Amino acid sequence: MIRQMLTSLAALALAAPLAAQEAAPDPGDWQTVTEAANGQTVYWHAWGGSNAINDYIAWAGRTVKDRHGVTVEHVKLKDTADAVSRVVAEKSAGKDAGGAVDLIWINGENFAAMKEQGLLFGPWAEDLPNWQFVDVEGKPAVSADFTVPTEGLEAPWGMAQIIFYHDTARLTEPPRSIAALADWARANPGRFAYPQPPDFLGSTFLKQAVIELTPDPSVLLAPVSEASYQTATAPLWAYLDDLTPNLWRSGAAYPQSGPRLIQMMADGEIDLALSFNPNEPSNAIANHELPDTVRTYVLDGGTIGNASFVAIPYNANAKAGALVLANFLMSPEAQARKQDPAVWGSGTVLAMDKLGKEDRARFDAIELGVATLGPADLGQALPEPHPSWMVRLEQDWTARYGVGQ
Amino acid sequence: MPADISIAESAPPRPARRARFLPWAPTLTLVVMLGPVLAGLAGTLAPAFGVMPALGGTTPGLAPWQALFDWPGLPRAVALSLGVGFAATALSLALVILICAGWAGTRPFGVIERLLSPLLSVPHAAAAFGLAFLIAPSGWIARALSPWATGWDRPPDLLILQDPAGLSLIFGLVTKEVPFLLLMTLAALTQTRPGPSLRIAQALGYARVTGWLKTVFPPVYRQIRLPVYAVLAFSMSVVDVAIILGPNTPPTLAVQVVRWMNDPDLGLRFQAAAGAVLQLGLVLTGLALWRLMELAVARIGRAWIASGARGRASAEHALRIAALILGATAALAVIAGLACQAIWSLAGLWQFPDLLPDGLTLRNWQRFGPRLSGPALETGTIAACSTCLALLLTLACLEAEHRHGLRPATRALWLLYIPLIVPQVAFLAGFQTFSISAGIDGGRVAVILAHLVFVLPYVFLALADPWRAWDRNQDTIARALGAGPDRVLWAVRLPMLLRPVLTAAAVGFAVSVGQYLPTLLVGAGRVPTLTTEAVALASGGDRRVIGVYALAQMAAAFAPFALAVLLPRLLWRNRKGLLDG
Repeated sequence: MIRQMLTSLAALALAAPLAAQEAAPDPGDWQTVTEAANGQTVYWHAWGGSNAINDYIAWAGRTVKDRHGVTVEHVKLKDTADAVSRVVAEKSAGKDAGGAVDLIWINGENFAAMKEQGLLFGPWAEDLPNWQFVDVEGKPAVSADFTVPTEGLEAPWGMAQIIFYHDTARLTEPPRSIAALADWARANPGRFAYPQPPDFLGSTFLKQAVIELTPDPSVLLAPVSEASYQTATAPLWAYLDDLTPNLWRSGAAYPQSGPRLIQMMADGEIDLALSFNPNEPSNAIANHELPDTVRTYVLDGGTIGNASFVAIPYNANAKAGALVLANFLMSPEAQARKQDPAVWGSGTVLAMDKLGKEDRARFDAIELGVATLGPADLGQALPEPHPSWMVRLEQDWTARYGVGQ
Repeated sequence: MPADISIAESAPPRPARRARFLPWAPTLTLVVMLGPVLAGLAGTLAPAFGVMPALGGTTPGLAPWQALFDWPGLPRAVALSLGVGFAATALSLALVILICAGWAGTRPFGVIERLLSPLLSVPHAAAAFGLAFLIAPSGWIARALSPWATGWDRPPDLLILQDPAGLSLIFGLVTKEVPFLLLMTLAALTQTRPGPSLRIAQALGYARVTGWLKTVFPPVYRQIRLPVYAVLAFSMSVVDVAIILGPNTPPTLAVQVVRWMNDPDLGLRFQAAAGAVLQLGLVLTGLALWRLMELAVARIGRAWIASGARGRASAEHALRIAALILGATAALAVIAGLACQAIWSLAGLWQFPDLLPDGLTLRNWQRFGPRLSGPALETGTIAACSTCLALLLTLACLEAEHRHGLRPATRALWLLYIPLIVPQVAFLAGFQTFSISAGIDGGRVAVILAHLVFVLPYVFLALADPWRAWDRNQDTIARALGAGPDRVLWAVRLPMLLRPVLTAAAVGFAVSVGQYLPTLLVGAGRVPTLTTEAVALASGGDRRVIGVYALAQMAAAFAPFALAVLLPRLLWRNRKGLLDG
């Protein structure tokens, strides 16, 4: 009897630390969260294709290690979907706790898919201490990811907006609207390219074009329906039929990613390109990847902007640590460093008028890169269409231009 | 340990205990090698027929196949995969045969032999990146000729890379498959001892190439047939090279399957699984077609041999020169591509049409060099462990076969080829799910086991034929002199076969270094190797970083090849007879 009790006590004692690790933390009780986080290792799955971003993530990891005892391992992804696959595979295998992914850099269709499949932990984002600084009113994209409500399942950590860039040494007057782009390409065949959809930058180019060309852009904000799709996209296909023969390689081959455009610009293969990071060309100039004569601009009618987020899978192993890291990423300190073009140059999700004087000074001190537009020049970003549009546009684009008809 | 000593002991003799392990070696090897593949295939077949509970697929059906056949690019993607696979394999094989037939034993052939290992150790992705920069309209060749010869002050809009017919992809594959097949052929040549047959053929008036083709080629092909099949299966289902050099409107089937697997729309996983199964079927069809072609060529070849045609020396001369030029082009393309990577790793701004960058700088190495050490150590550990395990199992199997007459049936031999023939895309996703259920994912050990699946067949392939072709009379003589089987193995057979053993180990090491998908999927992204880091960075497209990582990756794969060449020369510098095994 006594032996039995002792055995169960021992079992309890052994099980207790495991239970503490696995119990879902309550972000409302921040004190407990930080205590639980101490000593945890957070495997942060984030795209690893940019040196500047990898350096920033390493800095964030060092900082939360020093301050909160949370070790951050950056799992460098080629594609965010790899992390999504991972969580799907774990769910298939019945591994509902202790998963390999603790935090994912995510947005758009990946978020929509994970939310729909119930693969996310939360809600938690709006309970984080630093949520108070987020510009919910001025940047609707921080709470509606491609129009899908985030509902606290992911925390915003950066803003992005489409910009176009060109080498002023070769092209002085770039086209300033989607329609003008086709005219320019007709006069300069083979000198413009966009990445092949479903690459996200290529798909975003399609969305930018459809927003400018469609008779009524407001239908794009609702989920796609058969009737609305035909009317809304007919002008886009007519436009692309006209543009494609004048693209780089006459549209018989497409670059496979956004950063590839930088290399093509440096090689002189194209004269006009686009990016989803307003600071990317400045960064490339600083790294000798582009000549310093490159400049950026936005289209006269405005360009698409969105927010990117971090989310925690439902079966994450170190949820408390992931919460601490996500909160740090939203802090004025981390956001200001992120906005500095010398570091990364990604737009902040915070509202300047919600910050204290000292924190605002951090942002005021940032020097923009030679090719980076200020907030006034970027203008108000256009909202992303509902993700269901992107799926249909990608399918149709592939059928029309992606399989060599 | 000499057998006679253990026989003198009264305790149960050691060889008896070993004898109990050795007969199990083939079974153990098959389980280690095929278990993951079969588990993975099961995990791919289920979603291909609509079953994947995590994504709400519970009722089996043909919907994924319907979706697959509705994809408008399917016929072209399938045709492309088949065409690229056959063209790359046939061209590589033809080139290797011509080089061997025309030049074996000559001084240029010695140069080729020395170039082989470095060429072979270049990881596929690194070679493809180098080649892409070399032949692009804004690439090194165009830069060298511009603007003085071409008049181009900006690159022409020419579709050279990623052409819809896959020509640049075929070229890229040939540059990498020729060294592999040549290495396998050399190993086979050491065993078939072509000297006497060639001398007889020449004495009978046959020209060099004709004589080689008629007397040496048939037994050599029998030894390299399986490597040829591996090359065919690989060329049809390669992903990384096809992404870099291949067309993308549409891409080959394997690339498209990986795209579907990576698509944010999780519903496409079903279609991807169906595509993966189709890819497997495609590879099997390709092998069957190749086998038919073999039979046809053999029939024609027999008639040709029987005809007694001696070959015209002038025609043969042209053929020999052509083979040398083509071989040199393939080798130079890879070498120049690597030189490009080296220069890019030191480059600042480098614009068209400058032949060299504005300035050379160590900045890239200073920035990324320190980050190489962790992944490099991981890469070396994994490759060394998986190669040692593979070598151990292979030697155990071959010894079991030798001592206990456990010669595998032809059918059993085919099992060895399953990991090489089953496309990676067809079973890795399923294997990932399986390894999570088994609780072995996410660690170095799991990654080593996953690499073993791919390393083992290559090591076995590289070693089995030279091992079996070893002259058994030497065993008989050694046994007659009183040596037990263990002593024959350690004192006679292994030293004589040191070169093939080391070559096999080097091949295994290079295979492990180059693995991307298995490392990423089974390691849960937590086991960073040079290859996973390089491919992740490659998606950013900066040639400077790619250059740094590609060179580091190459060095990791090259070191064992250098050892495989140098060690036998060093060890046997006074025993030249052993070098021929």
